[in-house]
Order: sequence, then structure tokens, then C-alpha cells
Amino acid sequence: MKYLDEYRDPALAKRLSERIHAVVKRPWTIMEICGGQTHSIVKSGLERLVPPSLTIVHGPGCPVCVTPLEIIEKAVRIAAQPGVIFTSFGDMLRVPGDTTDLLHVKANGGDVRIVYSPLDAVAIARKNPDRRVVFFAVGFETTAPANAMAVWQAHKEGLTNFSILSSHVLVPPAIEALLSAENNRVQGFLAAGHVCTVMGYHEYFPLVERYRTPIVVTGFEPIDILQGILMLVTQLEEGRHDLENQYARVVTREGNAAAQRMIFSVFEVGHRTWRGIGEIPMSGYRLRPEFAAFDAERLFDVGDIAVRESPLCIAGTILTGMKKPFECPAFGTQCSPEHPLGAPMVSSEGACAAYYNFKRQGSAV
Amino acid sequence: MSAPTIADGLNCPLPIGEYDTIVLAHGGGGKLTHRLIDGVFKRHFSNPDLDRLHDGAVVDMGSGRIAMTTDGYVVSPIVFPGGTIGELAVNGTVNDLAMCGALPRYLTASFILEEGLPMPELDSVVASMAEAARKAGVAVVTGDTKVVPRGKADRLFITTSGVGVVPPERVIGHERVAPGDAVILSGTIADHGMAIMSVREGLEFESEIRSDTMALNGLVEAMFTAAPDLRFLRDPTRGGVASTLNELAASAKLGIVIDETAVPVDGVVRSACEILGFDPLYVANEGKLLAVTAAKDAEKVVAAMRAHPAGKHAAVIGRITEGHPGVVVLRTAIGGERVVDMISGEQLPRIC
Amino acid sequence: MCLAIPGKIESFEEGSFPRMGKVNFGGIRKAICFEMLPEAKLNDYVLVHVGFALSIVDEKEAQETLRMLEMDEVRKELDGEA
Repeated sequence: MKYLDEYRDPALAKRLSERIHAVVKRPWTIMEICGGQTHSIVKSGLERLVPPSLTIVHGPGCPVCVTPLEIIEKAVRIAAQPGVIFTSFGDMLRVPGDTTDLLHVKANGGDVRIVYSPLDAVAIARKNPDRRVVFFAVGFETTAPANAMAVWQAHKEGLTNFSILSSHVLVPPAIEALLSAENNRVQGFLAAGHVCTVMGYHEYFPLVERYRTPIVVTGFEPIDILQGILMLVTQLEEGRHDLENQYARVVTREGNAAAQRMIFSVFEVGHRTWRGIGEIPMSGYRLRPEFAAFDAERLFDVGDIAVRESPLCIAGTILTGMKKPFECPAFGTQCSPEHPLGAPMVSSEGACAAYYNFKRQGSAV
Repeated sequence: MSAPTIADGLNCPLPIGEYDTIVLAHGGGGKLTHRLIDGVFKRHFSNPDLDRLHDGAVVDMGSGRIAMTTDGYVVSPIVFPGGTIGELAVNGTVNDLAMCGALPRYLTASFILEEGLPMPELDSVVASMAEAARKAGVAVVTGDTKVVPRGKADRLFITTSGVGVVPPERVIGHERVAPGDAVILSGTIADHGMAIMSVREGLEFESEIRSDTMALNGLVEAMFTAAPDLRFLRDPTRGGVASTLNELAASAKLGIVIDETAVPVDGVVRSACEILGFDPLYVANEGKLLAVTAAKDAEKVVAAMRAHPAGKHAAVIGRITEGHPGVVVLRTAIGGERVVDMISGEQLPRIC
Repeated sequence: MCLAIPGKIESFEEGSFPRMGKVNFGGIRKAICFEMLPEAKLNDYVLVHVGFALSIVDEKEAQETLRMLEMDEVRKELDGEA
């Protein structure tokens, strides 16, 4: 595929790898914030191409990992109600709430459907006027315009049987939370290219300045990521902290204005709890009051939800880069993709599952 | 045709020919059952053994070892780009026999029909099944039909069993696999799984992708002719190439290294995987096989496979290692390495 | 987060809301929403996420990235010879 294959070229990867080896003189710890990049790194075995002194930490950029347990539990309780069609991206189906996950709700007779696009959920609502259709609207800034559009469309059509269970999170506040933590050890960030496609990268200038930490907006293919890493370590070795854009083929400074307008017509910024991290101020979107009629949390009485994370799970330390998954005592023993104790083991790009599936540290490669 | 109606002044239903859907009485063992068998199953599968319409068949297998297998087919939708549930039911069972090194001979077929299944749909599935059996050189010699109330099955489920003869000199299995052996794949992967995804409700896309459903017994014979000492055969169906290789590594207690660039994937199938976030190594195939041979035989086996229509894109994709027993390692296209593990459950489309 | 794939615009639906078009992703065609990318034109390559076109792929920038990498290499080789 054009614009993908060129960025998977092994000869180019080899050259970039050599450049990174030549540039890196000291140990550094960097983080790719985005789960999609984690996936790409692990899937292509890219860590083998960088020097061992360069530590790559997988960040909290995956809605599966950071959607609070409480919201997941709400999702499974709503999905189990009679008369409901619960629609979701495939990612969320295996994430366990406090009691069960959406796949099990489906197995027990719940009408849970995977959709490719939020607009597909609206179409299901249109086709099933006698059913209540709920869409699990999760995601970062990249997905927010599409989710907003679904609400906008349902509103425009006057669909009263459509609602969303919303759990949107934002990248810059998360980076700020990581950088301001006392025990932070991340020295540079690869920012998520697709988030910046929507939001632009101007939001990151204050972070670079305030925390004197370099950030490189980076794409998702192996060549993109290697080039992003090269740009980042070059800055670190030269003692610079600039905001650079590796992913200029799709990312501009200001981002996509139409998409931003759509987001802010439907959503407003509010505090958000991140699973494994806790509440981060002004780090998520919630429905604006005028769209309250589309808020599944208001429409469905799901009873009291008191959730408790497994005491063994150290998801917070994993997601903030304090520890690598294989440093967790439960990793691969009590906690595996079949029996995840915490969210990072659920998503295929959750930091723990990524390690589990692709690496099995020490056993082979 | 319309649904049966009771004509004025008449008490009896109209004859079977008027039925355009399956009704419960088709499974009742009475006239309707017989007419269904005559009108659909016997018409398509006809052979001397089946035509006796016995609940069992007596067949001549000669002497020596026989291979047996049984498999259920529940794919949805029952007709998909490049195939039908009927073709899968024949080819899948033929392939399970071929992977034992057997010459597939006879099949039985058990049909679970959902009330309301349109008769023409059943007829075309059975016709495609009969055609697949002819191509594979096997006969369906007996069978069974049940009808379940609407909602108790998803249109049509088929279970086929098969028997085949294993020539005396053939001994294959994971016990025979040794370090240094070559791992051979017969062609492009993930075609079947992505063909099914292309018609899954909610995920539909337009493409040229077709299921690869195909009987592999002819290919297997060509391989044995080229190298009688084949060591291992398996068709990587559900769970894909990754799962089959993991099963082999675990049972043989050996490692496997495969080279990502050597694994053939059709360009359009790869695109479909990109869009849905799938790894083609875990996607189902219905007309491909993995083989292990001694390294010295690899070249001639691949050449023989490429000369056969079912193996045009055959390639050596890796080798068996003494190191990392039980673990499959992939050399990635960009020069990295990773472990290819079993996955838990089927892949779900992802957005992230 | 955010699986997004580049594809080529083959057609637009006339007068639909939301604005939809057909995008070809290496042989896979899907109906995609263009409400967020009104400036997209036929034959543009666009980056698509969950059925929405979010950005036009800038051909010049794309080549520039690759060219820079090649240049780096040439420069390094020259340095090596010097």
C-alpha cells in the first residue's frame, strides 16, 4: 500500500538503526505515548534495532488500558439490559469490568455488536427504532471527531434511541502528568502522530519549554518510529529540547480545524480518571449539557458500582514508565491475556499484553 | 414459489415441491424427509453406496491403516466470497485426512437445518458440496438430516466425517521433526479469514478477496512423490499459521524460526488486515498447508508444489531449531525479531 | 491508539449528509465520511481512522522524509570516504 510500504523498507531501517547506534553515547529513557506505536514497535521487533542503553517505555496511549474500570462495568451492565443493542469497537470487548466483559455479556444473550465506525452505530439505531442503541465512545483526540459526529448525526436526525457511553481522554495533560511526577524518568517523548493529525502540535510547545524535554511528533510505521527515535536521541545528545515533527506528511501545526470544530460542538473538556493513573485535571472530553439526552450514563440506571482493582496489578507503574511489564511479579503467572488482572494485559497493544504476546522476555529472542 | 397453503375445501397440505423453505417436518422422518433426501441430497451426491439410502455404508478400504476424521462447520454467512459452507465441509475433512498422509476416500455428512432455510439456498450449498467432492475424488456415502426450530441454529450446520487409506510406507508426525528441518508453506495466507470478514455485518468492505477453500490431497500426493520422507503436514485453519506452528513447536519440543518476508500474503489481503488491525499470521486458511521436510528435500518439494495448482506460491518460510524449544520466533521484515505466540480467542478488529 | 490507514479517494457521493466518499485502501474499498475534510479532492490520498478521513497525505512531505533519509546516507558515505 502506498504510504505504508515505503515506511517498512528494511534497508532504510538498517541505516536508521546504524545512525541511532552512532548517535547514542549515553543511556536514555524515552517513551512512545501511543499504543498504536507500541504495537508497531513490538510487532516489528524494533527494539532489536536500537542500542541496549536506550530504554523505550510504552506509555498510556491506549483507550483499552486507561478507560476506568467503573466505566467498563457500566458498559457491561448496560449491555446486559434487555432491549439494548450495545455497539463498540472490537478493542473493548475483552476488557474485563468488575464482574465480566462484553464478550461474556454477548455469550449470555446480550446484543453486543462490533462496529468499524461510530456512524455504523447510528445506522443500527436508525434501523432498530424499538431498541435502545448505545455506542461505547472511547478514544483519544483522533477518535473524538468521529464519536462527536455520531452524536451530531443522531441529534440532526432526531434519533431518540441512540446514546453514547463516553470515555474520551487527551494526550497533552497525560504527558504533563507524567513529566510533573516526582519519580519521572522519561527524558523524551514520541508524540502520537494521529492525535496531532486532529489537534496539531502547537499544544506541545509549552510542555517542551516548561519541562525542558524534547518531543518529536512521530508516525506509526517502523521507519517513522526509527526516524522519530533518531531525532529524539539526537536532541538528547545535543542537550536540546525542541518540538520536532517527523510526521509532516499528515501532521500540521494547527491540525484539522473542521475536526476540532466538530469535537467542541458536542464535547467539552473536563477532569478524567485514567485507569492505573488516577484523576488528571482537564484530561478528557464529556458531552456538552445540550447533548445530555445522548448520555448513556444519565439514561441508564446501572445501580451502584464499587469497583476494586486487583491488588497485585501494578498497571500505574507500568503505564507511567516506572517499570517494565516483566518486572511485575504477576506478569505471565497470575496475569496473562487469558486471565488479565489489569488493563495493560487486555489490549493487544497494552504494554503488558504486547510484551506477553510478542516477546516473552528471556525465553527466546 | 410460495409457502404451502391449504386450498379451499381441502384438508391436506400441498406436495413437497411447493415448499420453498425448510420446515420442521423435513426432519420428521416421514415423506417430507424422504423427498428432501431424494430431491436435494441424493440428486447431488448420487453414487451406488449413497443411493441405497441406508443409515450406514459398507465400503471396501483394502488392507492396512486407515485414517479417520470428523469436523463440524458452522461458518456464517453460509455463502461467502469464494465458497460455501458445503465446500468447506468437504475440503476441510478431505484436508484433515490428507494431513495424515492418507488418500481420502469416503465422507459422511450430517446436516442440521434451521427451520425457514430457503430451499434454493440449501440446494446450491449441497450442489457446491457435491462438486467439491467430485474435485477431491471422494464420495459422500451416507448422511443424516435434522431440522431444528427457528433460532436454534444459524441457517445450516454441517458435520462431515471421512476415512482414507494411509500407504504403508508413510509415517508422519511431530515426532519425526528434527532440528535443521525446513518449514514449507503452500501459498498465500489469510485469504479465507479475510474473505469472511469482508461480509461480516458491520465490517463489510468491497474487495476481490476470495476464500482459498480447496482440497489439498492432490498437492500432498505430489509432495510425497517428490520426497517420500515428508515429516509433518498440517493445514493452518482456525488460528492461522501462527497457531499451527506453535502447536508443532510445543509438541515437538523444538524451536521454530520463520522469516516474515518469506511468508506469502496477497497484497489486497494484507490491506484488509491493515484496516482491521489484524495480523495475517493468525487469520484462518482453508486451502493451505504447512509441511516439514529434511533440509535436503526442501528444494524438490517446493518445486513439486509449485508445479501443482494448489501450491503455486509454495515457499520455505523457516526452519526447526534446537534453541528456544516450544517457541516460534519471527524474523521481521525490517530486520527485528519477535516471538509469535498463541493468541487468546479470535482476533477482533481494533481501532488502536 | 488510533489505527489510521492511507487510501485513495475514488468517488464522492452527491449531496449526502454526512458527506461520504469511496476510498480505496490497496484494493479494499470502503465508504468513508468526509465531513472532517471538506477540502479533499478526487485521487487525493487521505488518512482514515474509524471510517473518517482526517488528513490529506502530503505527497511532497512524504517524499521529503524519504529523501532526507537517503541524503543522510549519501552524506555519511561521503564522510566515510573523506
